[in-house]
Amino acid sequence: MIPASFDYHQPKTLSEAIGLLSRLGEGAKVLSGGQSLLPLLKLRLGSAGHLVDIGRVPGLEDIREEGGFLKIGGRARESDLEHSDVVRKKYPILADTAAVIADPLVRNMATVGGNLAHGDPANDHPATMLALGATVVATGSKGERTIPIDQFFTGLFETALAHDEILTEIRIPVPPPKSGGAYVKLERKVGDFATAGAAAQLTLGAGGEVVRAGIGLTNAGMTPVRAAAAEKFLQGKKLDEATVRQAARLAADAADPSPDRRGSVEYKREMARVLTARALKRAASRAQGA
Amino acid sequence: MSAPTPKTTPEVGGMGHSIKRKEDPRFLRGRGNYVDDIQLPGMLHMDIARSPYAHAKIKKIDTEKAMKVPGVLAVITGATLEQYKLHWMPTLMSDTQMVLPTDRVMYQAQEVAAVIATDRYAAADGAAAVEVEYEPLPVVVDPFKALEPGAPVLRTDKPGKKDNRIWHWEAGDRAATEKAFREADVVVKEQIYIPRIHVASIETCGCVADFDRVTGKLTVFMTTQAPHAIRTVFALVAGHVGLSEEKIRIVSPDIGGGFGGKVPVYPGYVIAVAASVVIGKPVKWVEDRMENLQADSFARDYHMTAELAAKKDGTMTAVRIKTLADHGYADAAANPSKFPAGLFSICTGSYDLKNAFCEVDGVYTNKPPGGVAYRCSFRVTEAVHAIERITDRLAQELKMDPAALRMKNFIPKEKFPYHSALGWEYDSGDYPAALKKAMDLIGYDALRKEQVEKRAKGELMGIGISSFTEIVGAGPSKHFDILGIKMFDSCELRVHPTGKAIARFGTKSQGQGHETTYAQIIAEELGIPAAHVQVEEGDTDTAPYGLGTYASRSTPTAGAAGAIAARKVRDKAKKIAAHLLEVSEDDLVWEPGKFSVKGAPQKAKTIQEIALAAYTNHPQGMEAGLEAVDYYDPPNLTFPFGSYICVVDIDRGTGEVKIRRFVAVDDCGNIINPMIVDGQIHGGLTMGMAPALLEEISYDEQGNNQAGSFMDYLVPTAMETPSWETAKTTTPSPHHPFGAKGVGESATVGAPPAIVNAVVDALAHLGVKHLDIPITPEKVWRILKEKGVAE
Repeated sequence: MIPASFDYHQPKTLSEAIGLLSRLGEGAKVLSGGQSLLPLLKLRLGSAGHLVDIGRVPGLEDIREEGGFLKIGGRARESDLEHSDVVRKKYPILADTAAVIADPLVRNMATVGGNLAHGDPANDHPATMLALGATVVATGSKGERTIPIDQFFTGLFETALAHDEILTEIRIPVPPPKSGGAYVKLERKVGDFATAGAAAQLTLGAGGEVVRAGIGLTNAGMTPVRAAAAEKFLQGKKLDEATVRQAARLAADAADPSPDRRGSVEYKREMARVLTARALKRAASRAQGA
Repeated sequence: MSAPTPKTTPEVGGMGHSIKRKEDPRFLRGRGNYVDDIQLPGMLHMDIARSPYAHAKIKKIDTEKAMKVPGVLAVITGATLEQYKLHWMPTLMSDTQMVLPTDRVMYQAQEVAAVIATDRYAAADGAAAVEVEYEPLPVVVDPFKALEPGAPVLRTDKPGKKDNRIWHWEAGDRAATEKAFREADVVVKEQIYIPRIHVASIETCGCVADFDRVTGKLTVFMTTQAPHAIRTVFALVAGHVGLSEEKIRIVSPDIGGGFGGKVPVYPGYVIAVAASVVIGKPVKWVEDRMENLQADSFARDYHMTAELAAKKDGTMTAVRIKTLADHGYADAAANPSKFPAGLFSICTGSYDLKNAFCEVDGVYTNKPPGGVAYRCSFRVTEAVHAIERITDRLAQELKMDPAALRMKNFIPKEKFPYHSALGWEYDSGDYPAALKKAMDLIGYDALRKEQVEKRAKGELMGIGISSFTEIVGAGPSKHFDILGIKMFDSCELRVHPTGKAIARFGTKSQGQGHETTYAQIIAEELGIPAAHVQVEEGDTDTAPYGLGTYASRSTPTAGAAGAIAARKVRDKAKKIAAHLLEVSEDDLVWEPGKFSVKGAPQKAKTIQEIALAAYTNHPQGMEAGLEAVDYYDPPNLTFPFGSYICVVDIDRGTGEVKIRRFVAVDDCGNIINPMIVDGQIHGGLTMGMAPALLEEISYDEQGNNQAGSFMDYLVPTAMETPSWETAKTTTPSPHHPFGAKGVGESATVGAPPAIVNAVVDALAHLGVKHLDIPITPEKVWRILKEKGVAE
């Protein structure tokens, strides 16, 4: 677990960082919290000629509500998210998610942006951001652009980010009243990737009917999975037992997991169903309480 | 039954006092001194290139690219070592294993070449640059297939070897046991597999080998649980290249957990020594985590067929167990020579079984060497798992409560010392008391009622019991040796003029807290405060010879030696006291810390005064000084025991097993330090829970390790660990100098069947009779689905 050699760069500004990425080309990787990148390098499963550490770039760590969005800086740490008052109060689905990523020591370093930018469908934030309908802000040599989360994950370990772009912000629409969300993860032990995970974000109408449903699944395919059929099915319905069961079934149908030591395809798909049902129930109860 | 009141004051801190651990200030401050902390001038670094194949012919090893890596000084292959006849080495079980291969690799991650470089990074780059051409050979991973006719013979290096059987071992009366089975009212039978697991100690293995060309002395700082035996093995193996035992010093510094995995001699140690001897500079080798998990010796891998015979009323009459033991490509375990299957014949457990027979066949496969005793007292975990599982099967078959069935069959208290059908003399025990205490603490009857109510509602909960008997403290020289060296252990105790002392032992703590507990033994015997007793172990140049720390043997052997050495010192102190007080020895009485004159307690001499006199005013004709040595040869083994009860709830959606409560009642005889004993039990229970629910090393058909990193080898964290509830009964060992029995492994041995029995109990009404470990969520979920009760 000794990495091959690499050059290390520590830019002090965002433009310096982007300049380095442009200049160094494909051999350069952005180092943020290092949660995924450092193990890959140490196991020699990946290599990088250059690491561009954005740890000293200012202004990327804020978590705040502004202009109808919750804005999470690209380098906000998981522990910041976990302990943020606004997140705990209004975005419990994010607090749920942060709390089941790795362990507290890793969460002190790991970043929310990195969790998305790595493009790993086994990571936890992608499902949650899908459920929340988030937008990703990318900054590169051509300036800033926004990418809807639905278009962000393009393949296994691949995202819509260009080589010289850095994920600088995540924007989540401020949820209307009677909204609630939950993330439920089944893991073999703390710190493991999910055997299965389900994120659900609901907004209810005056009569308790579903106005908006967002459902994302973790580790259920080559890219993070949005359970669109289940979301559509829930539209306008009240969340009784049969409705939840049917939505969970539809969500499981969207899962296309791979077998590994966490479980068989059958088990993982069934767990997507069980966990979606649990996430929906918890989200609904939070929405009603909100 | 209840713990005796301490005889010494808290200031003296003898037996029974929970004094704080003397080693902790340095550990808590990060000031421990582990092998990887050692830096010597000019030290070189070693890394190892390993085989991706489980079985392959080596066609070519090309070291040219590796040698071109900046900083790389040498690449060592089997051919290099063959020049010195060091490419093979004996194992502690008198088998042989490769140090580096010359023509074939026998398991995935086997050492193929070692790179010596000026820094750790260059060594790793060099190892990555070694190019090896392999020709894959048929792989044997299943020990049953390994024994089939026509299976590829793996150990072709052994002349005349025609199959893959290593040895056959058996104990007990086969004919009488068969007769008892024929006459039984009821017989239960179960296939029980205990998979490969790994000790996964927090510190991996490694060494710094330092050969001084001028003095010809070799010093090896090494992660070893048995430094003295290692020195002798090195002298025997490398005598022909000029290493002589007086010129070998093995130092075991602070060790970050051993659990049996640091008893064997690994190829890396030998290569590092060879490299240092040839190059003349210190060479450091420290495994990384994946090397540790993939190549170091493994534990368990026992395929057992257990049968139990009984009368209709539940009286057990006979047990029979047939086992295949997968040892990988070499028998590199560290069992006593006469016990290739360890002390597996403790498999009659806590029960008064008149007939028993067990047999074990050791088998070669294309896996790393297995069979180390991972915190299991030489295969006792396996034996306890078999008897405790099959006992529950019998209860299920007879529709008896498993606690009542155990109570009915326990060896009664008055039958101790008890001679078991498989030849052991159990020293002491009170099994019903321990189980009763556990049942009271957990509220057994109420839990059974709750279970009935829950079942009616479709909820799944189970209660599991394990009433284990351990066998530790190896052992009496008549039966116990490793490579011919008898399994005594030792203490050398010296009292200084000011009444302080140093005590050196032949064992080696790896976290057990010997610096504290050994000092407490001396404090108990001499009244010298434990704080004033310096304990040292692990340096073969200074410590007396001993066989090391494993199999819960330190307190039963070296601890006993400490007490006896202290009593020898006390005998001499008495003569000095008689001289100082001008009375006859017969007129003196001892109380902790001083001799006084019978009937005149004010006329007394403290141990400190006596120590000073031993150097300043000793009687004419007596040697000066106050010291003693003892090599303790135990008259028998010790038999700790306990009863554990576990309550589990099962998630019907995911199949997850949640341990709701776990009560552990342990009896390890008299206790030196209750806090340390509790710590041992907490750790042991966690290490028992781990393989029951999480840990498993398995291999695919090509012999690829499926759990070669902490990603898939699931060591539990605090989050997976329930809140253990511990309690004690105290039944002293009648033959041990201070009535102790040892405790280091009881919990690892006793916990797994309690958990499995609880899960099976939760599912028993659905017709489930047995589950192999680890009990993963999917394993349980498949049953729930098949029985139509999944959420």
